[in-house]
Amino acid sequence: MADILTFNDLKKHFVIGQEGFLRREPITVKAVDGISFAVQEGETFGLVGESGSGKSTVAYTTIGMYRPTTGTIRFRDKDLFADKKRPLALRKQIQIVFQDPGSSLNPRRTVAQILALPLRLHRPQENVLQQTAQLLDMVELTLEYMHKYPQTLSGGEKQMVAIARALATEPSFVILDEPTSALDVSIQGKIINLIMRLQREFNLTYLFITHDLSLMRNVASRVAIMYLGKICEIADAVEFFRTPYHPYTQMLLASIPVLSEEEEALKPRKTVSRGEIPSPVNIPSGCSFHLRCPRHMDICSVVDPVMVEVEAGHSVRCHLFPPS
Amino acid sequence: MDDAPLLEIKDLHVHFHVYGGILRVLDGVSFVVHRGEKVGLVGETGCGKTTTMKATLRVLPMPPARIPGGQILFQGQDLLKMRDDRLRRVRGRGISMIFQDPTAALNPVFTIGQQIRAVVRHSTEKRLSRSQIHDRMIQPIREVALPDPERMLGSYPIQLSGGMRQRVCIAMALVADPKLLIADEPGTSLDVTIQDQILRLLGRLVEEKDLSVILITHTLGIVRQLTDRVYVMYAGTMVEVAGTEELFRNPLHPYTHGLMEAVPRLTGGGVSDGIPGRIPNYLHPPPGCRFHPRCPHVMDVCRQEKPGFYRVSGDHEVACFLYRDKERSA
Amino acid sequence: MGEVIPARHSHPTISLEQVKLMERQTRRENLGRAWYKFSRNSLSLVGAAMVLLVLLLAIFAPLVAPYPEHVKPFTDFANAKLPPSWAHPFGTDEIGRDILSRSIFGFRYALWMGVVVLSLVVPPGVLLGLVAGYFQGTRIDTIIMRITDIFLAVPPLILALAIASILKPNLSNAMMAVSLMWWPWYTRLVYGLASTLRNEYFVVSAEVSGASTAHILFREILPNVISPIFTKISLDMGWVIIIGSTLSFVGLGVQPPEPGLGTMVASGAKYLPDQWWIAVFPALAIVLIVLGFNLLGDGLRDMLGAEEI
Repeated sequence: MADILTFNDLKKHFVIGQEGFLRREPITVKAVDGISFAVQEGETFGLVGESGSGKSTVAYTTIGMYRPTTGTIRFRDKDLFADKKRPLALRKQIQIVFQDPGSSLNPRRTVAQILALPLRLHRPQENVLQQTAQLLDMVELTLEYMHKYPQTLSGGEKQMVAIARALATEPSFVILDEPTSALDVSIQGKIINLIMRLQREFNLTYLFITHDLSLMRNVASRVAIMYLGKICEIADAVEFFRTPYHPYTQMLLASIPVLSEEEEALKPRKTVSRGEIPSPVNIPSGCSFHLRCPRHMDICSVVDPVMVEVEAGHSVRCHLFPPS
Repeated sequence: MDDAPLLEIKDLHVHFHVYGGILRVLDGVSFVVHRGEKVGLVGETGCGKTTTMKATLRVLPMPPARIPGGQILFQGQDLLKMRDDRLRRVRGRGISMIFQDPTAALNPVFTIGQQIRAVVRHSTEKRLSRSQIHDRMIQPIREVALPDPERMLGSYPIQLSGGMRQRVCIAMALVADPKLLIADEPGTSLDVTIQDQILRLLGRLVEEKDLSVILITHTLGIVRQLTDRVYVMYAGTMVEVAGTEELFRNPLHPYTHGLMEAVPRLTGGGVSDGIPGRIPNYLHPPPGCRFHPRCPHVMDVCRQEKPGFYRVSGDHEVACFLYRDKERSA
Repeated sequence: MGEVIPARHSHPTISLEQVKLMERQTRRENLGRAWYKFSRNSLSLVGAAMVLLVLLLAIFAPLVAPYPEHVKPFTDFANAKLPPSWAHPFGTDEIGRDILSRSIFGFRYALWMGVVVLSLVVPPGVLLGLVAGYFQGTRIDTIIMRITDIFLAVPPLILALAIASILKPNLSNAMMAVSLMWWPWYTRLVYGLASTLRNEYFVVSAEVSGASTAHILFREILPNVISPIFTKISLDMGWVIIIGSTLSFVGLGVQPPEPGLGTMVASGAKYLPDQWWIAVFPALAIVLIVLGFNLLGDGLRDMLGAEEI
């Protein structure tokens, strides 16, 4: 399958202040610190990480909120940051659904007004009202919603409107930034199934960002785990859950609260969660996970491991898997 | 062992008086916690689980809230009728609480030491010496496995990570040796690896100290990990109660069933559509069973009558007409 | 039947007329809800009534005032300093003019002052605040906000006094002076709100779609700051009128014989306490207008607040 979005050694550092009295040294947060991967046409690529892992920074850089410090993101064969201002034709292709439906819809605009903006910008020759109606229908909302304000909608309905807005430009690539983590579990399923149905119908490619591994198991075709700005493991979803290699992945899996014995059996037994994610201002030397790692070795605190393809399509960045 | 329950809530009603009428938020909730028992209270946003606990601690804002009926018996005494000075003694020493968001639960302008000292002072009438106070402050900090207790006392909340703050909150809840600990979504605002640590810590402390616990959460997996018995709440009513293992093996109420189906499984197999519709408006709750507009098995009787609790097996009770005929006498 | 919107899912087909009908319905509902929020506090209604009364009196002053000619140069020493009576409910002043008539005309000057000052002040103040807030952290932000700070650092009344005294003392110079010191408050207010709103996801989402800066400023951010702006305008009406009256009181605003309320209080102050009505009734007129706008402002804040009832 063809690659649709390619990250090449992407780094995004933020300067958050200065320290030192005589020589002022900038304090940098290395939110994303050199990631490379490619999302393939038509797949759902799961990007999993805890807070501070940099997964949201990846999303916001992709949609053009930030410019990369170094490295590139290519959409098909175009560099997303070739121009100073991203051209409309590229904006149309890459859209996002945010985590917090409360903040992502303007409380002072009706659903119709919210949906009209991308329609007017990207499909100017079409009938806005007609298209608005079709978008609502697409996300299974009735036309009565057209003139409602967001505060009268439930969380799930708000997220449906946010999905309709993202699809209004007829994109080919959509970033889903924790689209259901603010919702109750009884409506999560409805939103997820809507998202998956729309993917089939419109041949969309998803970058699905979440901290919920159980959800990933059910929707993603491939999964990457991020920790402190770097990817530590990347694999096909089935393979990933069958044989997780990286100690951090194992710790994540072991920490999931599950509902049944069958699921319990899938969790790594030996690993127990310990320690907390260090501040991204002071990233530990060597492998950034070594302080929490149950299997750390001397080399781990000194040398940062490199990504190694252990099996076809399954890569790990850990000294337990040295390059051959 | 004393057979009387530690906490017993009987037919509790809570109303909120607002514009347009009365929100009937709790509609006859009953709830029992025995000594040394770990009980889960599960339900989704707005189902009334937090209101129930606030009513128990008598921290509901009144008005707009009113309690038109019900009893909350703690060690046989009705908390709703208790005088304020005695109630203050129950809070903290009898019942203490830890909250979902440890950042909001700690005062940012005082050190951890100052905040724990205040709790220690209030925990007893006796005048304590300096070293006694110090011991009582250090002890719980050790118990929650915080590193370097002495330095911890001098730090401000902002200097600690989210997981450490949650541990501090747990330590503060344990200072007065309470009999009952109410944990409202412990650790759910934290990352999953940290949440796991907090839950294991809670589990260990509960075993060691022979505490009774009420665990309030919307995450079913957490309940399964930590409790002996589970109550499921929907729209201000209790819909099911059972031993934890029994409930997860054999959920009976259509709501419980739908809720469990809706959780994505690590075993895969796709995600179910969940439960159609949304939680009812408390101003005009549906007559009869409050779940009937969303229920896939709705019958005529559900629209008219409120179901009672039917005991299906040993400790498994369900408020659903589907099980009216399957009732067994205990 | 008009144009028909096709439905692919289980919803019934619906015509464009029906959609428009629903839009009208929603509008009516929103108006109803707004009125409910406003009228929940009876003091807002009192404020609105007071403002309406002042407004009507000012507009129809020549018809309402019993002695409209007393507003022009006029003397009647025979009837000077008469206490309140049926003929002169507020009494007469030191040269025999009817105080009620002059107060009614005084409302005209007060309102005129408020309306002119605020319409000079609000648009540039709000625009600068929006721009600075949206471009928060850039050089544009720094330049706009430092200029604002400089203006805020000058004691307002003293600035107005200085300007009014350098230029010819009259109403339009007083208004200019007040305007010059007033706009930074709007910039500050809007800046604070806009710099928070610019990070909301709905603004980011508009940016991602490629919306113009003008759209983001006026369609996304402005509607969310309109409510505090209106509240402030209503509260400021009172303040501007007080400052205008103060300037008139010290002789830098409305010039005699024109009936500025502040001017009237100033000239009446000499006759306190014996001929109290000369100063007290114009002063009460100021109280009426200022209090009215303050209460109205509170009501507007309740009404325009986003909270769901």
